[in-house]
Amino acid sequence: MSSINLDSTVNTAAEVSPAHHEEGEHRLVGFIIFLLSESVIFLSFFVGYAVYKTTSLDWLPPGVEGLEVREPLINTIVLVSSSFVIYIAERYLKKENIWGFRAFWLLTMAMGSFFLYGQAVEWAGLNFGFTDGLYGGMFYLLTGFHGLHVLTGVLLQAIMLARSFIPGNYDDGEVGVIATSLFWHFVDVIWIVLFILIYVWQ
Amino acid sequence: MTNISIDALAPERQEPSPGEPENWWRFFTFSTDHKVIGIQYIVTAFVFFLIGGFLAMVMRGELITPEADLVDRTVYNALFTMHGTLMLFMWTFPVLNGLSNYLVPLQIGARDMAFPRLNAVAFWLVPIFGVILMASFLVPGGPSQSGWWAYPPVSLQNPTGNLINGQALWLVAVALSGVSSIMGAVNIVTTIVRMRAPGMTFFKMPVFCWTVMAAQIIQLFGLPALTAGAVMLLFDLMVGTSFFDPAKGGDPVLYQHFFWFYSHPAVYVIMLPIFGVFSELFPVYARKPLFGYKVVAVSSFIITGLSGIVWVHHMFASGTPGWMRMLFMFTTMTISVPTGIKVFAWVATIWGGKLKLNTAMLFALGGMTMFVFAGITGIMLASTPVDIHVNNTYFVVGHFHYVLYGSMTMGMFAALYHWFPKMTGRMYYEGLGKLHFVLAFVGTNLNFLPMHPAGLMGMPRRVASYDPEFAFWNVLASLGGFLLGVSTLPFLLNMISSWVQGEKAPANPWRAIGLEWMVASPPPHENFDEIPTVIAEPYGYGKNEPLTAQQAALQQLASTEVA
Repeated sequence: MSSINLDSTVNTAAEVSPAHHEEGEHRLVGFIIFLLSESVIFLSFFVGYAVYKTTSLDWLPPGVEGLEVREPLINTIVLVSSSFVIYIAERYLKKENIWGFRAFWLLTMAMGSFFLYGQAVEWAGLNFGFTDGLYGGMFYLLTGFHGLHVLTGVLLQAIMLARSFIPGNYDDGEVGVIATSLFWHFVDVIWIVLFILIYVWQ
Repeated sequence: MTNISIDALAPERQEPSPGEPENWWRFFTFSTDHKVIGIQYIVTAFVFFLIGGFLAMVMRGELITPEADLVDRTVYNALFTMHGTLMLFMWTFPVLNGLSNYLVPLQIGARDMAFPRLNAVAFWLVPIFGVILMASFLVPGGPSQSGWWAYPPVSLQNPTGNLINGQALWLVAVALSGVSSIMGAVNIVTTIVRMRAPGMTFFKMPVFCWTVMAAQIIQLFGLPALTAGAVMLLFDLMVGTSFFDPAKGGDPVLYQHFFWFYSHPAVYVIMLPIFGVFSELFPVYARKPLFGYKVVAVSSFIITGLSGIVWVHHMFASGTPGWMRMLFMFTTMTISVPTGIKVFAWVATIWGGKLKLNTAMLFALGGMTMFVFAGITGIMLASTPVDIHVNNTYFVVGHFHYVLYGSMTMGMFAALYHWFPKMTGRMYYEGLGKLHFVLAFVGTNLNFLPMHPAGLMGMPRRVASYDPEFAFWNVLASLGGFLLGVSTLPFLLNMISSWVQGEKAPANPWRAIGLEWMVASPPPHENFDEIPTVIAEPYGYGKNEPLTAQQAALQQLASTEVA
């Protein structure tokens, strides 16, 4: 049988039956395939944004100069850093330090929530809406769809954290944790592209 | 000798299995058995095929005279929109998902799909979005009238002003079908990548699995573009954004890019598994190994790769710049090379073979022949000058109906007849099957061939009335259409009566090689009592070559006994 090399599953392999271990790997492979597919939706929106920006005659709605970058930049730094924090949490779980895992996992959740809060504040302060021309439509579509992913990520993290309190739950491999972590990295990478597209390329 | 061991390895079962009629209630439950889900998909899709076919009958009834006298133009617009939508989203994709669901785990020697519950959820979304789609007949203003491609700005019109309108329901249904298909694709690809039996390397895997995997990869990377376009269109229609609305500065051509980036490759999602079916059937009924197995297998992935760079040929007449037309003419024509390789391999497989012309083989031969014809007109359409001339005429309609009925649906019938004994444990009636084939073959050609001259003469598509000079071709097409409708009756009769009271099928009625034929008909709950170890390529007809280690051992045992 071919096997994927995800070293985070290796250290638990000895503890679990081969069949169970394989099922976990199926789930991870399936999840990675899903993420690849999901990235095409974002790619389509990015292409839409680029096409409209370069070809549209009335790109910015009347009275809109551009976007304030400072707060979104802070938000970006927090979100991108959280990718490292979740990685540390995962490392702790591998070393079977459950409290270390929970602490850094919770910190990731806090950083994700901070990002969502920052985005809500930004949305509330903007002087254009979803139906204000192509610009308004693309801005809210992109940031909204991404925000939905951040929210999903935080909810998944909450579920994984809750599961860590059920005794013996992570003895059989932490597939859910790895998948959530992968999802979080995915959300971060998408945001970096999105940030460059919307905030840097004004 | 090989066949002796194949038969001996397939025990007859005693207890009821998923395909047997006394277990019919299982098909109405949330089952996680891939075989039950496969049959659920196939039967559901067939119900919608009948509805879509009925709409086509009404359209052909309308077109038998040049005047719009049977239905008015608005109803006609709704008819062709819903006919196209049902046939694509409710027949071709689900029925192929059903066939893949049923066969893939059996052919790769797995007990089930990688994610059985996800599989069931993906299936149950199909009747749900079918109901949403059909509900559009009941809302004020009726179903969507903008064609199955839903081009804006036509699709942005909402004369009734209601939030719930035919077009909105259409978009929701299409988005849901996308969700279901992505779930299915994740499941199938994971299953094939991860769950093949020991010894089954990719180059020992049946071509059907290769083609299904190639097709599902297109779903994974193409479908999200359609979903993105559909979501943006839904916002335009319901919230008032301006993505594709030219009146508000939006770009309707961008929608066409999103739409065709998926919807052209979608034709390979539909055709690739049918190529797989042909590749499975010809070796069995010609008793010869599949010619160029590895090349046929790999060409599926070349088709997948090329399918991502052909979509603009649907937009030659959309103001596309000249360089782009040239580029996409070239890429579109290139795709005929890997498809041509497959046709060549099939012909070489049956060449000099001892053909068994039963119903399944007849449908496979008919489907392949009509695919060749569809391919030739496809190359004509890929050529920009020809395309500009026949764009939006019946020539195009004729071409894609040869693809979708002549090749895909005929190929699907071939598959259903071939694997019917495996799925149900019963044999079908050859006489009825052959009657079905003759009616369908004559009906298909009588229906769709006249569309080509009508189109070349300039008859536009999507119209309820036309110039009387096209009447002759339309009368022929309508007669063919009705014949095609009638051809479904012997099929229905055959399937239902055979399933209930047909002769009991042995495990391997066609003496085929392939893991699915080594288990009882219908297969037991988890397919294999013991997971086989595969040692040979799957098409060793006439090579006296055991497919699995178990067979090899059995064969050796048999020869020892003889000695």
